[in-house]
Amino acid sequence: MDNKVLNIKNGSCVKVSEIPVLSYDCFRATTLELMSDKARHCSSYFAYPCAEGLRLMMCIADDTAHDIKVFACDVNKGDSLVSAAKDCLALERYEREIHENWGLEFEEHPWYKPVRDFMPGKYKFFEMEGEELHEVGVGPVHAGVIEPGHFRFICNGEDVLHLEIQLGWQHRGVEHLMLSKKRTIERVLLAEGIAGDTSVSHSTAFAGVWEALCGIQPDKSVLWARTLAAELERMANHTGDLGAICGDVAYQLGAAVYGRLRTPIVNFSQRWCGNRLGKGNVRPAYAPYAFTEELRQQLLSDLKAYERDFLEMSDKIQHFPGVLSRLDRTGIVTTEQAESIGAVGMAAKCAGVCRDTRASHPYGVYGTMDIKPVVKDTGDVLARTELRIDEVKQSLAIVRTLLEDMPAFNTQVRPMGEPMADCFAISLTEGWRGEICHCAVTDADGELAAYKIKDPSFHNWMALALAVRGNEISDFPICNKSFNLSYCGHDL
Amino acid sequence: MTSLILILISALFFNGIIGRVKSICAGRKGPGIMQPVFDVARLLRKGSVYSETTGPVFKIAPAVYLASVIVACLCVPFGNKAGLISFNGDFVFFAYALALGKFFCIIGALDTGSSFEGMGASREATYSMLAEPAFFLIMGSLALMTGHTSFESIFADLHPSSPMSWALAVIAAFIFLILAMVENSRMPVDDPKTHLELTMIHEVMVLDNSGVDLGLIFVTGFLKFAMYAALIANLLIGSIPVGFGIPVFFAVQFVSAVIIGINESFTARFRMNHNPQFIFTLACIALLAVFGVMLMSGQLI
Repeated sequence: MDNKVLNIKNGSCVKVSEIPVLSYDCFRATTLELMSDKARHCSSYFAYPCAEGLRLMMCIADDTAHDIKVFACDVNKGDSLVSAAKDCLALERYEREIHENWGLEFEEHPWYKPVRDFMPGKYKFFEMEGEELHEVGVGPVHAGVIEPGHFRFICNGEDVLHLEIQLGWQHRGVEHLMLSKKRTIERVLLAEGIAGDTSVSHSTAFAGVWEALCGIQPDKSVLWARTLAAELERMANHTGDLGAICGDVAYQLGAAVYGRLRTPIVNFSQRWCGNRLGKGNVRPAYAPYAFTEELRQQLLSDLKAYERDFLEMSDKIQHFPGVLSRLDRTGIVTTEQAESIGAVGMAAKCAGVCRDTRASHPYGVYGTMDIKPVVKDTGDVLARTELRIDEVKQSLAIVRTLLEDMPAFNTQVRPMGEPMADCFAISLTEGWRGEICHCAVTDADGELAAYKIKDPSFHNWMALALAVRGNEISDFPICNKSFNLSYCGHDL
Repeated sequence: MTSLILILISALFFNGIIGRVKSICAGRKGPGIMQPVFDVARLLRKGSVYSETTGPVFKIAPAVYLASVIVACLCVPFGNKAGLISFNGDFVFFAYALALGKFFCIIGALDTGSSFEGMGASREATYSMLAEPAFFLIMGSLALMTGHTSFESIFADLHPSSPMSWALAVIAAFIFLILAMVENSRMPVDDPKTHLELTMIHEVMVLDNSGVDLGLIFVTGFLKFAMYAALIANLLIGSIPVGFGIPVFFAVQFVSAVIIGINESFTARFRMNHNPQFIFTLACIALLAVFGVMLMSGQLI
């Protein structure tokens, strides 16, 4: 095994030549063997053109060994390979993506449906026969101001038997743009726009990759600022989601209070870096906005006011029968399901699978902290609601710890140099939805040959499809909101 | 005639008051009390859009729906002053006039061929069906108590009789208020504010209606609220003079709207499969009222 995989740490850069290149049979066998351990999951699996053919690159994160196992395989364009997904469900979307992007065929793939390249009319949705069954199609245009996605339910009366989710309407070609745009500032702006609500974590992942490729170790203050911004982002989004969950069960008090509580957090971000979503706050190699003593006092007083109301409201919804009856035992993801589909982040943590990059593959200043991931075991909407409440409490503690030890800032642009040639770099971050993975490969001239982005939504949409089975169709919106997955993060 | 005019006046304010109470409870500034009326005025000035799959049923449904509720309003008396339509057994006519409107609303929704509207129609039909026994049982117990079978004579006779009639009036007021919420698809059965088609009941049935048609449906909703609150007011008014009756009438309308508003602010809606139990509980309470009256009047044992 040791000579078949390369073990690297999060945020590191290696020469492409060091990565073992296996034959496809060996590649597939190694993948399946590694994936059989529940502590491992596939962080990224992609193909890129290399010499005459294509190179498949597999990155499997190991949570107990705290490293990432990387190995590759060279194949020819148009090859027909034996699917690994038929034995390991977690890979099914990666294989469909590779098939869609590069035309490789995967034999015996369980469900060859389009990932993003969806043409209405050409693709035949999954069908079930039955006198008493009916189909309900929702979207891609939705009633609320949300992103486009098509949901097709097969129902027996009010009960959902099957949900098929078809995404791809938000496909902007971010990965392609990453290669065609040559300036670092263009690329970091692209990274911020992958999913607007996760801009800090995505740009941190990009910065991690870029710094690794250029061989730069950023100052502690830079890492400190990124960690603080990421935790603020987590708090703001979790609070907004709690409000939206209350809104979906028509609990006006919760919706009003949480909606108001999100505002001081995002407003603080505006005060710090000029953008409520933290755009512009993360740049490779340096921190553009200093965190001053004045900001520190402001944040401490904001958090004090926030915490009092947040705790009171959270205590209320955790003990209010009307809300609990809607959340409890709704939209259950079992531990087996979460493990089999390779769920990450909240979708995994709510079902008893402890997957938190901050603890298992620390980056930024998380390595110096003792992060205990919040894990719930019931897998229902209530678990995801309580998970958010507990993660906000955890983030409050992390932010306060950070504020005790404030580093000195230097906001001067630091020269980066050029990325090293023939290198592979990987960076994992824990966005508020879960693990984000950015990978980059450079060619002999130091130009990007491949840039692969993976948003947690990529794995977790399947968790939603499984969670609503057997539930009432009227509970779908609350299930959907409890995951709050990203459409554009998936579609790229 | 008095009751019709009073119902029309209070219908103008009813939904506005609910909205105001909700916005005050949420700490928002909120729209003015007349906003629902302005919305309707705006809709009535617009044209309607019809999908290609709809037929004539869809076009007449909103008008029939409104007409049925107006006819039902005509049956509502003001204390001992009969409504424009009054005869023995008029409350049966009242209930089925409303049912006719609902029937048209449902087939209008089915006419669109949309899977959403089909779901909404099936939900609305189920809940209306479950709500019907509650209305008849409580009216039956009032009839049994007073020995009359028309709205006007029941309400005229209800008051002076006994403390028992007060108890019955409280139960009836409770049931009419919840019926008004169920029939108007308000919380906790349905959430009128939601944008999520899959959880809607009444709102999803009218998704395809626009312009004038939608305006008529809104007006029908206002009237229905005022009509049920008028029935509650009648339980109090009885045979007291009109001069006192009118303030009592408006007070009851106002209190009903405030109660609905507060309820919507501080509760969550039910899970869909709990709704039938909830609505059926009303019928059970009404049944207890019937037994109570029978016991008291010695007709049971």
